[in-house]
Amino acid sequence: MRSLEVIAPGPLAVIEDTGRAGLAHLGVTRSGAADRRSHALANRLVANPAGHATVEVTLGGFTARVHGGSVDIAVTGADCTPTVDGTPFGLNSVRRVAPGQVIALAAPAAGVRSYLAVRGGVASALVLGSRSYDSLSGIGPPPLRAGDRIGVGEPAAQYPAIDQAAVEPVRGAAVTLRMIAGPREDWFTDPGALVSAEWTVSHHADRVGLRLTGPPLQRRWPDRELPSEPLTRGAIQVPPNGQPVILGADHPVTGGYPVIGVLVDDDTDRAAQLRPGQRLRLGWARV
Amino acid sequence: MSDAIGNGAIRDYGDRALLVECDSTDEVLRLTEALRSQAWAGVAGVVPGARTVLVEVADGHAQREIRDGLSAMAIRPRQPVADHPHADMVIDVVYDGADLDEVSRRTGLTVGEVVAAHTATPWRVAFSGFAPGFAYLTGGDERLAVPRRGEPRTRVPAGAVGLAGEFSGIYPRESPGGWQLIGSTRAALWDLDRSRPALLTPGMWVRFRSVSR
Repeated sequence: MRSLEVIAPGPLAVIEDTGRAGLAHLGVTRSGAADRRSHALANRLVANPAGHATVEVTLGGFTARVHGGSVDIAVTGADCTPTVDGTPFGLNSVRRVAPGQVIALAAPAAGVRSYLAVRGGVASALVLGSRSYDSLSGIGPPPLRAGDRIGVGEPAAQYPAIDQAAVEPVRGAAVTLRMIAGPREDWFTDPGALVSAEWTVSHHADRVGLRLTGPPLQRRWPDRELPSEPLTRGAIQVPPNGQPVILGADHPVTGGYPVIGVLVDDDTDRAAQLRPGQRLRLGWARV
Repeated sequence: MSDAIGNGAIRDYGDRALLVECDSTDEVLRLTEALRSQAWAGVAGVVPGARTVLVEVADGHAQREIRDGLSAMAIRPRQPVADHPHADMVIDVVYDGADLDEVSRRTGLTVGEVVAAHTATPWRVAFSGFAPGFAYLTGGDERLAVPRRGEPRTRVPAGAVGLAGEFSGIYPRESPGGWQLIGSTRAALWDLDRSRPALLTPGMWVRFRSVSR
């Protein structure tokens, strides 16, 4: 069987697919690729079905050697200057890699997460219908370590239709994410402060959520407690310190902090590429 | 923006979900059950909370249609609790928790009375959260309502049975936790090797039984 041998995983490399939908009532969050759009593009480039698993590489530093036969790969998301045996091949393109050759993803200058897709998909065991690693509960294949072998599945019959995709690059400049107010905006004295302030992504930024720093949001009833409510990715939860948290792919399924607004679904993928120190604004979406 | 549904309201939850407000856990569970059994096209998931139900929609276009459907839907009327004299699950507990004395002090009950209150009436799984298989049990003896510990424990063992607010719960695995611990069980709350990994699922009735070990 063809495989990739992990030489170095970098800060964090995890296997992700489209996650475990429909299990939140059991306490299992959806998980899956944090930047679903980049994950989907990586699969599409190598003619994989959308549900195939890819390797989500956080802040680069990932190298792997190909074994057992040549593989077709694509790398998307944050531009990590992917190379094969030291030769760059370009983000968002398809590259054939021969056995013995080494794939390397460097630290990106902007963005956080890159997706390495291999034609045939990553063939790890399914857990509750998914190969995703859920960092909140530890369900799924654990983060990759040096020496791990990543199995490669059998490719589908169809062959990649394009060898390069033109997509907007992930940038490090200040971004504006769109959101819809509520469901608990009335718990705050001035929900508009969310839009008027400029926020900075703190160092508490992972697959569970991004904690923002900025002028604290004031609660209308500081002593009132909200009975636990269901949560989704993109929900903007405000703990008692008034510093909002944008929930990510591995968010808790329920929680007791009021949600002041929820990102438009499309913008949750952009949120997954925000890095600590990056500035952002939040704006109300027109829907 | 809110619409009337029973006594509740339907709120937008981003552009892929709606949040329905309910009056009680019972209403949450009846709405959850109704939505699951009806299996609406466009509904991608139904997640109960303590007083709300999240209805996830497959795409943004379905959101309005499902909101209209929710506004118009009738849910099965309340069934008296007496209809559930049985329990779907009996859980054996050794009442040896580290916070038993604290719970006794806060409730004004003796330790024996705390155990009697916890085992006398069935509890119902309202919703899940915190960890896979962690069920929030509600509807127990109201005298057992105690606040969380001021200082959460960094390590609570798997199987620890706790109280917090109106809820009782069992830690599915070792984790940090702030609930007042009254006992422990050997029941496996979460096991990925079972066809149904979660022992307790929303809507189930659970009775605790005191055992010596």
